Amino acid sequence: MENTIVRAENYNAYFGDNHVVKDVNISINKNEVIAVMGPSGCGKTTFLRGINRMHELIPNATAKGKILLEGENVYDMNAIYVRAKIGMVFQRPNPFPNLSIYDNVVAGYLLNGIKVSKADKDVIVERSLTSAALWKEVKDSLHKKGTFLSGGQQQRLCIARAIAMQPELILFDEPTSALDPISTSSVEALFHELKENYTLIIVTHNMQQAARVSDRTAFFYMGELVEFDDTKQMFTAPADQRTQNYITGRFS
Amino acid sequence: MITSPVFTWAGNCFVNKPPNFVENKRLELSNGQLKWETMFKLLLKVMSVLLVLIIVGVLITLIIESWPSITSQGIKYIWGKVWDPVQNIYGAYPFLVGTLLTSFTALIISIPFSYAIAIYLGEYNPKGWLSDLLKNTIELIAAVPSIIYGFWGLFVLVPLVRTLEMKLDILPYGVGVFTASIVLAVMIIPYGASLGITLIRMVPSPLKEGAYALGATRWEVIRNVIMPYTRSGLFAGVLLSLGRALGETMAVTMLIGNTTAVADTFKNVFFGPGNTMASVIANEFAEADHTLYLSALIELGLVLFVVTVIINMIGKRIITRVTKS
Repeated sequence: MENTIVRAENYNAYFGDNHVVKDVNISINKNEVIAVMGPSGCGKTTFLRGINRMHELIPNATAKGKILLEGENVYDMNAIYVRAKIGMVFQRPNPFPNLSIYDNVVAGYLLNGIKVSKADKDVIVERSLTSAALWKEVKDSLHKKGTFLSGGQQQRLCIARAIAMQPELILFDEPTSALDPISTSSVEALFHELKENYTLIIVTHNMQQAARVSDRTAFFYMGELVEFDDTKQMFTAPADQRTQNYITGRFS
Repeated sequence: MITSPVFTWAGNCFVNKPPNFVENKRLELSNGQLKWETMFKLLLKVMSVLLVLIIVGVLITLIIESWPSITSQGIKYIWGKVWDPVQNIYGAYPFLVGTLLTSFTALIISIPFSYAIAIYLGEYNPKGWLSDLLKNTIELIAAVPSIIYGFWGLFVLVPLVRTLEMKLDILPYGVGVFTASIVLAVMIIPYGASLGITLIRMVPSPLKEGAYALGATRWEVIRNVIMPYTRSGLFAGVLLSLGRALGETMAVTMLIGNTTAVADTFKNVFFGPGNTMASVIANEFAEADHTLYLSALIELGLVLFVVTVIINMIGKRIITRVTKS
């Protein structure tokens, strides 16, 4: 129990009358890489966005049940606080086009109006970019616009931006689906390093990726959490027939 | 006629046999077809160039017609303060000031409204019947003929301004630069607002979500993501409305008071009656009874033309600079 960072209890999410996440119960441990996979429209992204309360930004979207972040229900906290505390990386790299690389990393502080001294900012920028394996590539062009970087670099910049806020948990919503194979492998390599200090939840519809990067895998189907187990176990001997069908490619 | 492709089953797949072009009339027609393609391209080109030629023609006409005035008044026409058709002394300064003052005042009044409308209908309430109703009504404002605004200003705004002027201890004309600016502001709000709504709705949602995911509030997203992203476009909208304000004639003529005298204090210039270049032309064109008078009025049109072009060019320059960086 003490090792649990996120726990969903009977979590349900809706778009209007459309029930997209159904009674999910899951317990995620600290410093683990969790892959969430499933066919399109199975509710995996919606579940992810429920954790940091991004789900409710969409008009008509509602949620029921609890999501406990270190024992505290995020739905009892201020949504702004929850989102600042949990990092998130999106499908398409989305650095702020009007900000430099440097300012993009500290964007969380700028947006939240947190005053940070120049010296502290320098430290945050260097550490975050180093953790995101981007420091070496951009250290001489920190004041160029972030949009000049390649897709993979932009995505790592977005990871640095999330890390800068010192979260314990980072959510990834199909983080490599818009990247080329080389950028993808650079981001995947990063997951292994990030695991030391953070808990990662990665939504992906790429099964190979789930198998490569994760410790444990959750399989969603039609809004339900079908199976949640050790990645190796799941890919070699899944307990549920639906998981079996999915990983053998009988539906996608 | 093109023969349709033939599909034949080749055991495990369909083989697509291409249509026989040798039997086809397209091959013979290709020359004529080519000629038509060239002609069509030429037609498009001619029509595009024609419009530019017309504008150049307008400019040339203005210069030719205002030549008597240009030669007799010289460059001091621009800053001359006296407009006296009887003595044949013409100075455009009061009208130049009147035009710029009404337009920029109107612009300053309109900007908060345009931005507020753009943010509300672009970000807070982009869908639904209320949003549609508001947006359509605001766009309708631009379609109302300006003479109707003139009437409204005369019957409603003038008495109100007169009351205000009495309280401020200014000669209560009612009509004047200030009144004209208010009506002008109402008329140009739809331009900035409408473009602003479109631009704000176009801000990519991943960008906004990126900011939300970092813990930004809605206001912070508007200030730090939406505003920087749409800045140059919103500025373009402002310029578009300025272009409209500079040339607006009817409503301004009805409300500005039409005096050629230059007031002594800024207070009187701002609240008292004045004149714009467009309103002088509209008022005096019919009574211009000798060549030089008429020519001086046309030169006023030339100055208005040049001022509008310069302001547009500055705007374009700023927009390209902002979008590049």
